[in-house]
Amino acid sequence: MTAPLEYYIILSIMLFCIGIWGVLKSRNAIVIFMAIELMLNAVNLSLVAFASHIKRILSDLIQRMPAERIAELIESSTASGQVYVILVMTVAAAEAAVGLAIIISIHRMKDSVNVDDVNIMKW
Amino acid sequence: MIQLAPVFPLIGFLLNGLFNKKLGDRPAGLIGSASIFVSFGLSIWAFFLLIGLPEHARSIQCGWFDWIISGSFSAGFSFLYDPLSAVMMLVVTGVGFLIHVYSVGYMRGDGGYSRYFSYLNLFTFAMLMLVMSDNLILLYLGWEGVGLCSYLLIGFWFHKKSAADAGKKAFIVNRVGDFGFAIGVFLIFWTFAAAGHPTVNLSEIAHLAPEILVAGGGLVTLITLLLFLGATGKSAQIPLHVWLPDAMEGPTPVSALIHAATMVTAGVYMVARLSAVFILSPVTMAVIAITGVTTALFAATIGLVQNDIKRVLAYSTVSQLGYMFLACGVGAFASGIFHLMTHAFFKALLFLGAGSVMHALSGELDMRCMGDLKKRLPRTFAAMFIAALAISGAPLFSGFFSKDEILYNAFISDYGHPVLWGMGLLAAVLTAFYMFRLIFMTFFGSSRVKPDVEKHIHESPNIMTVPLIILAVLAVVGGYVGLPRALGGGAWFEKFLEPVFPGAHGAAAGTVSHSYTVEYLLMLASVAAAALGIMLAYMFYIRDPNRPKALAEKYGGIYKTLLNKYYIDEFYNVAIVRPIVAASLFLWNIVDVKIVDGIANGSAGAIGWFSGRFRMVQTGLVRNYALLFVLGVIALLGFMLFKQT
Repeated sequence: MTAPLEYYIILSIMLFCIGIWGVLKSRNAIVIFMAIELMLNAVNLSLVAFASHIKRILSDLIQRMPAERIAELIESSTASGQVYVILVMTVAAAEAAVGLAIIISIHRMKDSVNVDDVNIMKW
Repeated sequence: MIQLAPVFPLIGFLLNGLFNKKLGDRPAGLIGSASIFVSFGLSIWAFFLLIGLPEHARSIQCGWFDWIISGSFSAGFSFLYDPLSAVMMLVVTGVGFLIHVYSVGYMRGDGGYSRYFSYLNLFTFAMLMLVMSDNLILLYLGWEGVGLCSYLLIGFWFHKKSAADAGKKAFIVNRVGDFGFAIGVFLIFWTFAAAGHPTVNLSEIAHLAPEILVAGGGLVTLITLLLFLGATGKSAQIPLHVWLPDAMEGPTPVSALIHAATMVTAGVYMVARLSAVFILSPVTMAVIAITGVTTALFAATIGLVQNDIKRVLAYSTVSQLGYMFLACGVGAFASGIFHLMTHAFFKALLFLGAGSVMHALSGELDMRCMGDLKKRLPRTFAAMFIAALAISGAPLFSGFFSKDEILYNAFISDYGHPVLWGMGLLAAVLTAFYMFRLIFMTFFGSSRVKPDVEKHIHESPNIMTVPLIILAVLAVVGGYVGLPRALGGGAWFEKFLEPVFPGAHGAAAGTVSHSYTVEYLLMLASVAAAALGIMLAYMFYIRDPNRPKALAEKYGGIYKTLLNKYYIDEFYNVAIVRPIVAASLFLWNIVDVKIVDGIANGSAGAIGWFSGRFRMVQTGLVRNYALLFVLGVIALLGFMLFKQT
């Protein structure tokens, strides 16, 4: 909380890029899934960072806004980022379940999890 | 009421054409003949109506409907009925009716019986349009219509290659002439419109021509030469005469009607109708006269040696048409029309008679396989003998009066010349010769008929011989309406047509009475010419039948040239037909197949090639797709960032 917002954002970006690199580079389907989870969590991190620093961000904005709206705005925004993170985690979990089920059926067919082997739908 | 005259043939055409399966043969012939008969009746009634009017006011206008109206220009489906139209209508419907009746018998048993009558009716409709029209556009419609029907009827037995080819040849050669005619019509309209009178109405053109067109000028000469080109094609003059002999592939009554009495006379009619314009160009008049008399002589020489009975008659038609143009060229338009009328009688008679002979001999055409038919086909013989006398110009027959008029005018007219007269006289000798050669070879001498044909020789049924008799009577008396003053007559025919040809030089219509000496002398010369021709034919084919063969062997080169029609068809084939066919093949194989199809197929091929390259994007590898996602996101972000700055 005492670290500046920028550090959290930079960390988030770095994690996201590592995730992308992992998706593009690896041939193993499981590793690709792990990288996808990494990307999702990077985004979660940035959301939570914004949520906790929101008071400080908004205090700049307060001077320019009418009084009753200010209290309403402060109340509602504190929780938004955190709620959104919960939703993202839920989606990530569901998607991981489905994806792993697909990988298992591919493995049953081909006896490998190399994504390069799944290339029938080509020209 | 006059405007109803073309309606009946049109109805006949539609009925026979559309319902020929249901109607059957008997009604088809009946409908075809009856429609022409009604038109004939109307023509007669209209004629009497016309002579009831005073001389200078003999012009009736009526019509069906307004056809083309554009600004101040209008051309209607409207008719002009004056003495010239009256004569033409009577000839077309009268002779046409007789030929229809004859055809009922001649074409019996033919598979295309009702098709035949529908075409004949369509032809009569188009011909009536042509002669009744009051403007050049409707005339052109009739002109093209008769050309079309000529094609349809020449190629009537279209399964026969020679007939189909002859039909095509007739149509194409006609087209060459029609091209000139069309340009001539356009030029007339253009000139008249530029002078403030945008009209194609025939009466207006005749009245305005002397003012608008400079007499003797280049423009009027060009116009009239182009119009004459059209007449050349339609009326088979040199150099577009080549289709007429081949047109004999059609049924004989067709040859009688279309290629003797009516269609081929359309050219003469057109020249006569536009006489006011032709008069303005002495150059063209000379061209017409020279072309006419040259064709007359030329065709007569070819007719001397032909062995096919119909070919002789075809060349005879070309020759006689030459006489008609000679008359028009020397300014004697009325004489030209007079000869047109008498020619219709005796030429139709000759053709129908030849048809009768062919019918008796089961279709034999070659005169070398005929002979000694005088007693066995008495009526046909009598009719054809009369016709031959008429065409040779034997005195007292119709042909004598009309041909003599022409030769006389060729001699004395301002537009004429003794040389033209001389050539015409020579052609008359040849005419008499080849005509009586035909008669002697067909009806006299020893029978050279093939044995299996000989058994079936029979005189034709009444339905065929009665028209022959009627035409024979006309061939005898038809000329007396034009009996010249020199012989005590009143030259009624020329007088009747006088209002139509103002300014034309007609010897018989003149009020100045000049001495008839020249006329008598020339008449004597004509009679002598006819007698000479007949006598020569007698010597060659009755007294000494071996003489023709001996002569042919002695002058083998000339004989062969004449027999092969001066090789003109071969010349046209090499000079015109082959280059055009070669050009067509080039356009087909190279331009159409290679270039046009190449472009069409090539564009399709190009698209195919591009598609082939583009589909390589779908590699099927998930990682490639993911890479593209990422690149796309980067591009989008970059775009948004740069837009911000």
